[in-house]
Amino acid sequence: MTLAPMTFASMTFALALEIVLAAVVLTGAVWAIAARGTLPAVAGFVAYGLLLSLVWVRLGAPDVALTEAAIGSGLTGALLVGAAARLRLSEVPMAVERPGVILRVLAAVLSVTVAAALAASVLLLPDPAPTLAPAAAENAAATSLGNPVTNVLMAFRAMDTLLEKIVLLLALIGVWSLAPDRFWGGRPGPRHHADPYGVLAFVARVLPPVGIIVGIYILWTSADNPGGAFQGGTILAAMWLLVMMAGLADAPPVSERRLRLLLLVGPVVFLIVGLGGLAFGDAFLAYPMAYAKALILVIEFAMILTIAVTLGLLIAGPPERELGS
Amino acid sequence: MNAATVFGLCAAVAVGLGLYGVITNPQPLRKILAFNLIGSGVFTFFGVVARRGAAAGFGGDPIPQALVITGIVVAFSATALALALLLRLFQASGSATLRADAPPSAGSDPTTP
Amino acid sequence: MSFVLDIVTITAVSAGAFFFLAGTVGLLRFPDTLTRLHALTKADNLGLGLMVLGLLPHAGSLRDGIKLICVWLIVLLAGATVSQLIGYVARREGSRP
Repeated sequence: MTLAPMTFASMTFALALEIVLAAVVLTGAVWAIAARGTLPAVAGFVAYGLLLSLVWVRLGAPDVALTEAAIGSGLTGALLVGAAARLRLSEVPMAVERPGVILRVLAAVLSVTVAAALAASVLLLPDPAPTLAPAAAENAAATSLGNPVTNVLMAFRAMDTLLEKIVLLLALIGVWSLAPDRFWGGRPGPRHHADPYGVLAFVARVLPPVGIIVGIYILWTSADNPGGAFQGGTILAAMWLLVMMAGLADAPPVSERRLRLLLLVGPVVFLIVGLGGLAFGDAFLAYPMAYAKALILVIEFAMILTIAVTLGLLIAGPPERELGS
Repeated sequence: MNAATVFGLCAAVAVGLGLYGVITNPQPLRKILAFNLIGSGVFTFFGVVARRGAAAGFGGDPIPQALVITGIVVAFSATALALALLLRLFQASGSATLRADAPPSAGSDPTTP
Repeated sequence: MSFVLDIVTITAVSAGAFFFLAGTVGLLRFPDTLTRLHALTKADNLGLGLMVLGLLPHAGSLRDGIKLICVWLIVLLAGATVSQLIGYVARREGSRP
């Protein structure tokens, strides 16, 4: 396949903008890999992720753009910054471990080969492209939701979403199990103390009401507009983390019953509706058409609670204080 | 040459960069970061395929987009678990390195079980 | 009328972009943390405000316009908070021998 030489006139303005965006995204990626210190590398990664959300918007996927900005670069960046801060004292002895020139050359050859193979497959993608969009559009009447991605997530591929919730829970159990024995069941993270008259405490009082409304709105509007339970749940989790970090509320002990009920309510409601579909309908997770939208709403509200609590606890980390302290 | 192709090539370069970072960076934290770079490159590739599948009045094929949303959440939970493992390794052995014989460093607490 | 709105949008967004550029130049060229914070917060907040002002004529409805202004206010709040926190830590660490 040959690439015809592009004349400047044949490039539309939007395409030029997209090439610039791709170049800036790659600059962020190079910075994340090549920066000397860990914190600059993490900063580069967060910038890369946020610019990648713009790429998702240009690719016509606003739901994914929201998810990438919130979870892909926001929460992941928070995790990485926290870990980098804790590991700062181990950095100096590690700097002498850089691999030799031969390994780096081989790694570069391998990376270039993989990148070239992927680039070739991009350029050789079949034309006209195969797509499931017509099938999604035909069956959209089954749930009367306007947002096709929500339709796919909650109706056509609801099994994937259910398993995803369970994967989140498993990751959380994995993180909890890494606590030393004497901390099991205790509170995650250190007790944060911020000046109660300071800036952080002020923001932690002002922002959460707004954040909670925005988070629930993003869930509510995901029926017909871009949004979703994961994006809204991330905002709720962020508000909770802000309140904890400002010292206005302490992290709950991980053995607390109410916390564990909140963690379970999402998958359990999902599972009950699914089994109800098996008992009263055609198959597991089959929604009767008359109640489809209502059932999906019930599942999503249970989901957003679990997602918010799970994501917050994943960032808070394993328990670091004894139960009863 | 359209938007999807440009971002597809960008995704390919991101995967290559991430692979280089995973292999050559000695610190596990940087490896996890580079691994996330590979993951986001692969997701962008999905996005390119979704964009090319625009039909029936949608701007893009919604099935790959839903798969990517699931993928981003799962990648985040994997990163959280990996970082928790790394911090526990640092706490328990005194150094956050994958070599077996490294000396402990200043900020660790090797006495915790 | 829409021509005038377009001129307003282009002017305001370009001015906003110029302020962002100025803030970034300040970030790269100023010597220490506090001066860089100063450049970032002042220039970037003003740049974002000008861009929001420029996008308002094309917002489509009153609700969308209010959403844009709320975005600007929340970024203002977040930027002010974070820069205060960073400045506090920078001053505390800078005063250590």
